[in-house]
Amino acid sequence: MDVLVFLIPAALFLGVTGLVALLWSLRSGQFDDIDGAEHRALSDD
Amino acid sequence: MSCCDLAGAYAEAHAHWRPVEGDPRARDYAAFATSLPDGTNRIELALEGVTCAACIPAVEGVAAGLPGVVRARLNVTDSRLLVEWQGAAEAIGGLIAMLEARGYAARPFDPRRRDAAEAAQMRQLVRALAVAGFASMNVMLLAISVWAGNVSDITPETRDLFHWIQAVIALPAAAYAGQTFYEGAFRGLRARRLTMDFPITLGIVLTLGMSVAETLRHAEHAYFDGAIMLVFFLLIGRVLDQAMRRRTRALAENLSALRGETAALLGADGTVQDVPLSAIAPGARVLVRPGERVAVDGVVEDGASDLDQSLVTGETRPQRVAPGDPVYAGALNAAGALTVRVTAAAQGTLLQEVERLMGAALARKSAALRLAEQATRLYVPIVHVAAALTALGWLFLSGWHAATINAVAVLLITCPCALGLAIPAVQVAASGALFREGVLLNAGDTLERLSGIDTIVFDKTGTLTLPEPVLADADRARLDPEMLALAARLALSSRHPMAGALSALAANREPVPGARESAGLGIEARIDGVICRLGSPRFCGAESMAQAALATDPDASVLCFRRGEAAPVVIPVRQHLRPDARETIETLRAAGYRIVILSGDHPGPVAAIAAALEVVDWQAERTPQDKIAAIEAMRVAGRRVLMVGDGINDAPALAAADVSLSPVTAAHVSQAAADALFLGRRLAPVVALLATGRRARQVMLENLWFSAAYNVVAIPLAAAGWLTPLIAALAMSGSSLVVSLNALRARARPRLPAPAIPKQMADAASAPLPLRPAPRTA
Repeated sequence: MDVLVFLIPAALFLGVTGLVALLWSLRSGQFDDIDGAEHRALSDD
Repeated sequence: MSCCDLAGAYAEAHAHWRPVEGDPRARDYAAFATSLPDGTNRIELALEGVTCAACIPAVEGVAAGLPGVVRARLNVTDSRLLVEWQGAAEAIGGLIAMLEARGYAARPFDPRRRDAAEAAQMRQLVRALAVAGFASMNVMLLAISVWAGNVSDITPETRDLFHWIQAVIALPAAAYAGQTFYEGAFRGLRARRLTMDFPITLGIVLTLGMSVAETLRHAEHAYFDGAIMLVFFLLIGRVLDQAMRRRTRALAENLSALRGETAALLGADGTVQDVPLSAIAPGARVLVRPGERVAVDGVVEDGASDLDQSLVTGETRPQRVAPGDPVYAGALNAAGALTVRVTAAAQGTLLQEVERLMGAALARKSAALRLAEQATRLYVPIVHVAAALTALGWLFLSGWHAATINAVAVLLITCPCALGLAIPAVQVAASGALFREGVLLNAGDTLERLSGIDTIVFDKTGTLTLPEPVLADADRARLDPEMLALAARLALSSRHPMAGALSALAANREPVPGARESAGLGIEARIDGVICRLGSPRFCGAESMAQAALATDPDASVLCFRRGEAAPVVIPVRQHLRPDARETIETLRAAGYRIVILSGDHPGPVAAIAAALEVVDWQAERTPQDKIAAIEAMRVAGRRVLMVGDGINDAPALAAADVSLSPVTAAHVSQAAADALFLGRRLAPVVALLATGRRARQVMLENLWFSAAYNVVAIPLAAAGWLTPLIAALAMSGSSLVVSLNALRARARPRLPAPAIPKQMADAASAPLPLRPAPRTA
């Protein structure tokens, strides 16, 4: 069970990365205009 | 009569002709811009007409073409354009004109109106949800490992490690994510009330505290997972609720900005500046242009015009005003430009009176709300007493450890999740369904109050009829099609509301080049070498014809058209029924509702509308006080009343009814203090609202029964010590899941079934209504 010493921090690190990424995307306004984002993805510029 | 003619002649002689194609209004919008510290200006515009993906590059392209623009971003969800630019604030007038030329109506927001605190609260909630979600996933992962290990080969050391890791994740996460509940509970306690937040807080704190204690004594179970999942699930509900409300409010704000809650302030040097109402003080002078709504209460200082006061008084016949006459906010200016000295702006005198009436009516309405609050107040102590009794019982039977665990299990299992979600979850689902049908809910408890509605009172002007005048088919048949086509094409260039009735008919959508419009007169242009004029009777030399037409047809207004020296044509326009009014009223009647029309207008037009809709109960020339009295009398007679009305003068009557609904095409949104608003030209949202209300009530009842049954079964089990806090938390989550899923049924497309009305109700429905207030006995 020694492997847990690595596995648990690794799992938590990945989870925290996801959380930070979500908080960052919230802060940078990526969820402000959900309807517009789907159209913008298709425009060329 | 001669006086008016003189005024008309004067107006024509001094008319300020302007070409239609140019900048429609070179106005100054500086009052709406906010300056950022680095010298850029920022303004937010509400847009109308943003419907598709192609709008994004179109709108942003227009804005980016403006000199000095740093950033232009269109928010499609909210239909808003944010522009930041360097340089003079005047540039924004040009941007608005350019957007309007592309077919997007644009109006700036009043930055003072924006509720920054609410947006911050929403962001905070979403952040809390993210943290709770992260924590509950990880804690659950570790907790499941412990359960699996407990029935196989986990060592006590590993289990303790896992519990401690859970504690390290769950404690800070719960402290951060649960803030809104703790604050709510604390606020409630300070006001000496037990809110729903209190047992939630108590449950979270006790579970976490007990879990730490259990971990310290190396126990097999800890309950961090239960506590953090509770926070997570509750936050989902709150975020959904808040998001729906925010979206509704954003759209309502757009509408109010587009309806022009602004006034053109006339400076001492003759400059005109568009400012929000909140920036206007009594004594200032404002300019009211033709086709605009009067935004303030005041006295006419200069100019003469006809005002459509239908929003204020319900009277559809235009009223002539001259210098010295009072005008009220909400009136629609038809013909001429007016200079008005403001007596009251945002806090209007007429509106104040209306608000006073409304406050009194609102105070009588909250009986249902009080009942709901009482139920909560009763439920919360019962839970606490049950938990306390459990603790006491187990303390005598076996000791403090079992006592704590079982008391917490009772607290958790009854955590008012299912009960708390039973109604809000349905509200969220139902308001989503209504949103699709074009109904915006204003008050949270509208749906509950819709139950048992058996009488629907309609106002006429702007509710059963469309707010803008149209050309009736019968009138159209009498007119020369060629003349009509020319007049319609000319009307395209006019901003006058009556011209809108004609411009909709234009087959050739190309405006006439070189058209000139003058305030108070009309529009003229050269078509195929012949001067054509469209406008007031005087402008076309058709006063006697117009007067003859009005004498035979008193509820119409007239427009005149003249081609060269040919005989002028009088075109009557009138307020028209909403396109589906007849079917809607028929559906409602078939579903067993009693339909009543109360209008402030003259008996003639009201009778015509009532006859067209086959409504027997109608009354004309009702003042706001009369309407309130009539509604009160119906309520005293045991009826539950839905008032569908528009406008400022109806606000008190709306408040007096059990539920109120208002179309937002004409009224200022912020002044339309109805429980629900509906958009568009159709009357069908009334049916949608009632059908959804019925369905929502049914689902709410199911949910309440389910939660009650769940509690009746679960509390004794938990109190008997058969459930650990973990199972309690799972059962609680499961029950909220069932309730939430059931709530989704309220999203079904609303349809109004023809109900089997009980015999005595059908009899009561056919009995005459007590429209007069019941005599008071001393």
